Amino acid sequence: MTEVARRYRISLPTLAAASLVLVTLALALVFFVAPNDADQGFSQRIFYFHVSIAITAYFCFGLGAWKALVHLWKRDPRADLESYVAVHQGVIFGSLVLITGSIWAKISWGHWWLWSEDQLVLFLVLFLFYAAYFMLRYSVDPGPQRANFSAVYALFGVVLIPVSFMAIRLAKQAIHPVVFTLQGPKFGGWILVTYCVAQVAMLVLAYTLYRVELAGKRVDARVRELKEVLA
Amino acid sequence: MTTAETYVTAAYCAVFAIVLVYVLIIALKVQRLEREVDELAGRAAAREAESEERREPAVVG
Repeated sequence: MTEVARRYRISLPTLAAASLVLVTLALALVFFVAPNDADQGFSQRIFYFHVSIAITAYFCFGLGAWKALVHLWKRDPRADLESYVAVHQGVIFGSLVLITGSIWAKISWGHWWLWSEDQLVLFLVLFLFYAAYFMLRYSVDPGPQRANFSAVYALFGVVLIPVSFMAIRLAKQAIHPVVFTLQGPKFGGWILVTYCVAQVAMLVLAYTLYRVELAGKRVDARVRELKEVLA
Repeated sequence: MTTAETYVTAAYCAVFAIVLVYVLIIALKVQRLEREVDELAGRAAAREAESEERREPAVVG
């Protein structure tokens, strides 16, 4: 890490406090301020967290791929660990997308899951692809080979992110709603404000969890090194 | 509570529960690391005491 990056790094307690404040604010806006949707009514309130979590999951997978590229480029073992943690966060947020999406589908469409919907199936493919990342990683002994395999795999997966995001926009017939178009979002006022706060809250929460997990993994690695020295 | 309210509550509770489980797993890991660091500190102290015993007294003056 460069000196500038280290100097401007936000501390973990500050990040945790910001996450708590933002998530609380987002929940307050979702349940007490945002108006009921004219079409879907109260059930539309799932949207605020469902979409923000989905965008956060894409962001985490993208970060994992970027760190994988840095690893392959500079052969930096820290980048490998960062890529692994980012993919892990992506899978956690991905599972939340699938759970909240299924609940919303049940209210809106009367089904927990629809295999005919490209957006749903492609997100599941993206999720399973990155879930399989861990199988690959833990089937190879720790070392440079494992880091390289994992990095190449994480990089391949990044192709699925735009495919998953664009699927609904390219499909001619789809029942999954599209709220972000080239002309901008299809909503405004408090709905837009609430969504923006929820999105920032989810990104900050994901970054906090990423930093916590990364710190834990680094301490774990140091403890292992010390154990070997003192053995 | 209407059906929509029940489902929306369930969705938000699921998000909260998963994040909570994640934090719990991290807390357990930190606890394990604490134990391991204590064990390493004990080992380092024992090694230092051992090397003190082995040190031969030097003649001064």
